[in-house]
Amino acid sequence: MSLSEKITELQAAGAAAANAAANSAELEEVRVQYLGRRAELPNLLRGVAELPPAERGAVGKAANEARKALEALIDQRAGRLAIEELEARLEQDRVDVTLPADPLPAVGRLHLITQTWREIEDIFLGLGYRVAEGPEVESVYYNFDALNHEATHPARAWTDTFYLSDEVLLRTHTSPMQVRSMEQQRPPIYIIVPGRVYRRDSDVTHTPQFHQVEGLAIDENITLADLKGTLQTFARAIFGPERNIRLRPHFFPFTEPSVEVDVSCFNCSGGVTAAGERCSICKGTGWLEILGSGMVDPNVLHFVKDSGYDPELVQGFAFGMGIERIAMLKYGVTDLRLLYDNDIRFLEQFA
Amino acid sequence: MRVPLEWLHDYVEPHMDAHTLAQRLAQTGTEVERIEHHGVRGGENFVIGHVLTRQKHPDADRLSVCMVDVGGSAPAQIVCGAPNVAAGLTVAVARPGAVMPDGTRLGRAKLRGIESEGMILSERELQVSEEHNGIMVLDVDHAPGTPLLDVLNVATDVLVLEITPNRPDCLGIYGVAREVAAATGAPLKPAPWEQDPGSFGELDGVQVAIEAEPHLCPRFTARIFDNVTVGESPLWMKARLMAAGQRPISNVVDVTNYVMLLSGQPMHAFDLDRVAGRRLTVRRARAQEQVQTLDEQTRTLDEQMLVIEDADGPTSIAGVMGGARSEVSDATTTLLSEVATWNGPNIQRTSLRLALRSEASGRFEKGLQPEQALWAQALATRLLIDLCGATVRPGTVDLGGPGPQPATIRLRDARIAGLLGMEIPRERTRRHLQAIGFLTVDAADGLDVTVPDFRRSDITREADLIEEVARLDGVDNLPATLPASANTERGLTARQRQRRRAADALAAQGLHEIIGWSFTSPELAQRLRLSDPAPALTLANPMSSEHSQLRAVLLGSLLDVAQRNRARGATRIALFESGRVYHHDQPAQLAPERLAREPHHIAAILAGPLRNATWREQQPRHADFFAAKGVLAALLSTLGIDWQVGERLGGFLHPGRSAQVLVGGEPVGWIGEIHPNVAANWDFEDTVAGFELELSALPLPGVPSFQDVGSFPEVHEDLAVVVAEQVTAGELVEVVRAAGRPLLAGAEVFDVYRDSARLGEGHKSLAVRLDYRAADRTLTDAEVMAQRQRIINAVQQQLDGRVRGGG
Repeated sequence: MSLSEKITELQAAGAAAANAAANSAELEEVRVQYLGRRAELPNLLRGVAELPPAERGAVGKAANEARKALEALIDQRAGRLAIEELEARLEQDRVDVTLPADPLPAVGRLHLITQTWREIEDIFLGLGYRVAEGPEVESVYYNFDALNHEATHPARAWTDTFYLSDEVLLRTHTSPMQVRSMEQQRPPIYIIVPGRVYRRDSDVTHTPQFHQVEGLAIDENITLADLKGTLQTFARAIFGPERNIRLRPHFFPFTEPSVEVDVSCFNCSGGVTAAGERCSICKGTGWLEILGSGMVDPNVLHFVKDSGYDPELVQGFAFGMGIERIAMLKYGVTDLRLLYDNDIRFLEQFA
Repeated sequence: MRVPLEWLHDYVEPHMDAHTLAQRLAQTGTEVERIEHHGVRGGENFVIGHVLTRQKHPDADRLSVCMVDVGGSAPAQIVCGAPNVAAGLTVAVARPGAVMPDGTRLGRAKLRGIESEGMILSERELQVSEEHNGIMVLDVDHAPGTPLLDVLNVATDVLVLEITPNRPDCLGIYGVAREVAAATGAPLKPAPWEQDPGSFGELDGVQVAIEAEPHLCPRFTARIFDNVTVGESPLWMKARLMAAGQRPISNVVDVTNYVMLLSGQPMHAFDLDRVAGRRLTVRRARAQEQVQTLDEQTRTLDEQMLVIEDADGPTSIAGVMGGARSEVSDATTTLLSEVATWNGPNIQRTSLRLALRSEASGRFEKGLQPEQALWAQALATRLLIDLCGATVRPGTVDLGGPGPQPATIRLRDARIAGLLGMEIPRERTRRHLQAIGFLTVDAADGLDVTVPDFRRSDITREADLIEEVARLDGVDNLPATLPASANTERGLTARQRQRRRAADALAAQGLHEIIGWSFTSPELAQRLRLSDPAPALTLANPMSSEHSQLRAVLLGSLLDVAQRNRARGATRIALFESGRVYHHDQPAQLAPERLAREPHHIAAILAGPLRNATWREQQPRHADFFAAKGVLAALLSTLGIDWQVGERLGGFLHPGRSAQVLVGGEPVGWIGEIHPNVAANWDFEDTVAGFELELSALPLPGVPSFQDVGSFPEVHEDLAVVVAEQVTAGELVEVVRAAGRPLLAGAEVFDVYRDSARLGEGHKSLAVRLDYRAADRTLTDAEVMAQRQRIINAVQQQLDGRVRGGG
């Protein structure tokens, strides 16, 4: 057998052995056998030096090529085997993916009032309003006098309002910030005032503390129609794009004209549910009362005339809504007091 | 305000059912609380009957067996228990199938063995009055079989209205009729007081003087009636009073109530023969003066209250309640009808102070107009003549007279459109205003509108007129437009964003947010073992003593909520609250110009296992100082705030496991485990840890400036230092950081090791991880070694520490 033939034969045998190797370990043996320090093919290359010079070139080249080809083949085969073996190993490494997480996710919730508060804020921030805040321990002046409440208005009574002294009380609404804000900012002004308010009332539908969002927009030509559009936008953002609102004339000391605003019930159509029953949320009326509002009374603007609020030159609207009421309607909470009970099982329901 | 539709229809007939009418009223500004039904339901089985015969029931002493002609071919046999039933009477009969006012359906019945085909009715059974001692007897001239409803108003829907405080004119049926007419377009009939049988001028027989200031009693009127026969009111009047919520008493009293319900103006009838000296004086009460009112209670008055007195002293509390002494009785024959106008706020005050509210005071306190007094006199005069056989003496006492001239206000067309955002044609405006009694005259740019006297106090400005026009035109027809906000500042403030991020950070750590009460108990300070609590802001009129102060910290409400949840079986407690607390340097000095300080706090508490047990972690760690510290660190890291722990605190906290929280070297709150004795006050036997910070005192985040961290590699190494037990990790890290400048980028303690044999008694080993970095080059070994040596030297010199394992 000539040397060339020997080379060819070794290469073929090596290739066959490499292909036959069933796993990485066997393949490594093949590598050692055919390409290792004591293997024949490298030895042949070493033997090239002993050949006649004329043959050296061709044989050497052939042997080198054969070695490289075999090396490449084995590397390729090794790569494939490695992948197969990893896949096989991973296949074995199974877990029960339905077991609970570990550690269990520690999911904390914002209180439903906070969530609703932010939801309302975000709607009005989008409409270009600022969020203003004011004191809860408030003066009689800002809470009643400057809001055009007559000296005998029943809300002033000690049976209805918490007092700390004859002139200082816990604010009964967020409306005192109307005058406070206008004192601080010349028109135009577009603000909402979320915050905590207090009334001496405690039953299924009243808690002595609750939360309101006041709205105030004063500019040169704001109209009652603007109020309607604003509150319709709000109602749709909170309760869904299909909602309509309805204005009903009402009376508030600090707005004129005054309107109460109803939103069409999201749970039924005209008071009747899809199941054909009388809707329990709107009590069959098809409408839910959500807030009171109106055009700011000129008497209120008179209090801040020096800050640029001349009722002949600027006008605008104000509204006030209860955060708890919006939250209860939207999330179907049936008892106001649950919001202040803070039972963890209640709190964790609202993602 | 209860409005029986049957009564309302005397003045306006809108031809719509109660629900449609209620809706129409709601849309024009009169809120209908609910619709009730008064009297019988479905009239078909209620008929007139003639009692033909009456025989005693064979087996019952008190029952009679009557044959009653009810219009059919044969008389009906009816068993009746009333003592006054007798042959020849015309009565109301309920036939089997009739539905009574209380909802029960009448059937055929056997009473002590005798079949009864229906029932002869009493007034109470028909809700005509509360009379139940006998059957109701009707006029003879009604034919048997006539439907009862054709004869008597014993069935009506009643609108229960919520009248807003600006509309005292709607506190009477006729005022509501005016609204209904305006709201529906139905014609309004003339006011029932337009025909006045009485006369004006001098009135003989009584002397009236007003000693009180005129603003307290703007008008006082009186008439005298002779030949009065006190008796029962006619059935139709009793039925109306009952439907309107007033119990019939006697014809004279019923007339006064009927007049009030119809006109909105209360009045009072005196038995003139019992008015001592035949003179009445209106004056302020004397301090501690006592008067016995109609309800037989003795009331003690003050000098702000008004009384009406005769020669023997006070007989009534003006505008609130009449007195017992000059009350009308069965023997009354001469009557004085008093109709006055009182000062609304003064009546409100009196009624509140005496805790005495009446239908009269409820109307007076809204502020009635002087003109209404004569409405009531006219109505009363006609009814007393018609129903009580009275004759009216010529003349009327009239002190004070009518109110000021009606105001005329310019209503500009452009202003209506400008305020509403919708044009209303002038003709429509005029129609709306006329429908509610306003006079209009054309002006260049709108209408000159004259306000009727009964709306004098409510309508004083153009804006008030626009409201009237808007509500009658229908505010619901307005277009929906949006103003273009012209705010110069927008979005949340940095402080508001910080508050949101803080709450989000704690929720992300697995804590639930709670919302507690701003109110707290004076006992809280003691329960928290606060030795020197700041004086609290205290309510003058709390609803309960547990809620009589304003909270100065959030911890109390958190502990309350934690306790409640634990009692309900929650083992893992992880709660936070973000809210205001209320402080004042000197609560006694609280005043409009020195209101409270209302800092915003954020606080958290942890108790029980930090995580729920899982299949891999059966025994999760429980809450302790370090768990709370982790939550606090996450919070402040989210807010980008550098902080340290300061001095240990004690007090309501565990003395060895608590510390001040310092930001910029200033205390901003505390962190720690609650003292076990304090925790026990909230029923906690295990460790409760937490913190509370004054969130509104924390710095607002600045804009972090970029630092290059990726261009050159960092070098990390560990350093174990043996120090005396009292040296804290914080002190060590501080020394290391100071000595590590400028190359040391970070240093954190990652291990604490104690072994008295190897380290020596009273010593511990703290292992610190050191990170070296330079922004401009790759550090050389020599540089790092030199820096490390400086650190080691500093630890040795300043803390007497030595490096373990070589160094």
